[in-house]
Amino acid sequence: MMPRRFSRRGLISTGAASLGGLMLSGCDRLSRAPSFQHFIGSAEGLTLGAQRQLLAGQPLAPEFKLVDLSPVFRANGSTMPASPRYQSLLADGFADYRLVVDGLVGKALSLSLAQLKAMPARTQITRHDCVEGWSAIGQWTGVPLARILALARPLTTARYVVFHCADNLGGGLDDSGLYYESIDLFDAFHPQTILAWALNGQPLDVSHGAPLRLRVERQLGYKQAKYVMRVELASRMDQLGRGKGGFWEDRGYAWYAGI
Amino acid sequence: MAIEATLAPASDTSRPPEGRREVVYRHSVVVRVTHWVNVLVISLLLMSGLNIFNAHPELYWGKFGANFDFAWLAMGSVHTAAGAAHGVLRLGGLAFDTTGVLGVSAGPHGTRLYQGFPAWSTLPSWRDLATARRWHFFLAWIFVANGLVYLLMGLANGHLRRDLAPTISELSPANMGRSILDHIKLKHPTGEAAKRYNVLQKLAYVVVALILLPLMVLTGLAMSPGFDAIAPWLLDLFGGRQSARSLHFICANLLVLFAIIHVTEVFLAGVLNEVGSMITGRYALPRDRQA
Repeated sequence: MMPRRFSRRGLISTGAASLGGLMLSGCDRLSRAPSFQHFIGSAEGLTLGAQRQLLAGQPLAPEFKLVDLSPVFRANGSTMPASPRYQSLLADGFADYRLVVDGLVGKALSLSLAQLKAMPARTQITRHDCVEGWSAIGQWTGVPLARILALARPLTTARYVVFHCADNLGGGLDDSGLYYESIDLFDAFHPQTILAWALNGQPLDVSHGAPLRLRVERQLGYKQAKYVMRVELASRMDQLGRGKGGFWEDRGYAWYAGI
Repeated sequence: MAIEATLAPASDTSRPPEGRREVVYRHSVVVRVTHWVNVLVISLLLMSGLNIFNAHPELYWGKFGANFDFAWLAMGSVHTAAGAAHGVLRLGGLAFDTTGVLGVSAGPHGTRLYQGFPAWSTLPSWRDLATARRWHFFLAWIFVANGLVYLLMGLANGHLRRDLAPTISELSPANMGRSILDHIKLKHPTGEAAKRYNVLQKLAYVVVALILLPLMVLTGLAMSPGFDAIAPWLLDLFGGRQSARSLHFICANLLVLFAIIHVTEVFLAGVLNEVGSMITGRYALPRDRQA
């Protein structure tokens, strides 16, 4: 009886261990399969749908006090766009900078930094959450995107707002690595969604996205596009970049970054 | 005394024949199914969670926390003057050499990996935050649905009250003391007492099912910038997003500790009977030692 019991017990442990090993290598193999990636990625739709139900009243992201500011606000991603065009704009203190608003709009716009700063601004102290896990709190000042959209008058076919940036985070010689991001109109018209030109009371510095960056406060850091040069209203995202709606989205990250 | 003496043989005759143990129906189908779903889903949540942690292997307290702020826990590596790489775990002001496991560990094909948790513990095994997040949030939905089924059914059919809630007498110092001693002596309940969970077992299951697992969901949601706009009180409850992230990590560690003790107890109490009962629901009562 005893030896049999021990061998049975041994069998179970060995079996469980090899089953575990098989499961892990199986999970790795599943992780490599695009169809399975697509399958587990489908939970993004569930998360988006659930959060949008709960966000229907458009509540604000938490705002903080001056005492809550991060002593140092970490700059991440690109910290100095290398393109000659950006470099010449920077050399002139962005005097020649124009924010282009086009695409599916009734009236295309071209706005100078001075014009943007002359528009009614919103100041908010919010938390920036990187997808990696860290957070920093900063005070942002900028133009509500809703105000710019009101001037440009999106067509009824417009569903997304795309932000084209000056930085080439992909690092290639062509434009395939240019940073871009997109949000839908639900977030675009939210009162805290602003095109910020100041951080902590100072003009936006280069590492944090000068002269203009997006703040879309209910989503993660990679949605907060820096060095915004052009705002495009679009009906779909599959013709931009690699078709997923943003630089990091094209590299596997979720388009909806509310979680 | 006389009555007891006459009763004893009578109860003996009602016992199963020698060599056969009484079998009781111990675990409902809801408990069994949700248990095994949890085993699979929580294991994968843990491993994908470790991959996500590796993207920024530092933990902070408070509303914010990044590289320039004080991390109460950090994993990293240092190079000695001789050029050897050492994995380091920093806890507050303490530093531990964790080479081989945390900070510096072995990768595929003899490579050396500079990351928090080692490749064998993460899902996927290579560093891939995007894929790990897909796994994690896909599994989280299953975990929440599974947990809701367990809790709602447990409330409705009395499982939580009948099987998990300790009675006042069970919580008495004398009974608690005896149960602790029994556990230390690796003495497991037999006969009638084995039909119920013992008091330490009940408390462990209550802490896991009603405190730690719900805390995993709530601290997880508190890290979501979208959910923070929906329920800002979660941030106040946990003391900020970075505190929630730290608590998420601590609760996950406590669940691993629970799983180690739980599986150890299963082996000590008889792995076939225990695992079998969690599959079929039927549990053979261990015979009284006196019998």
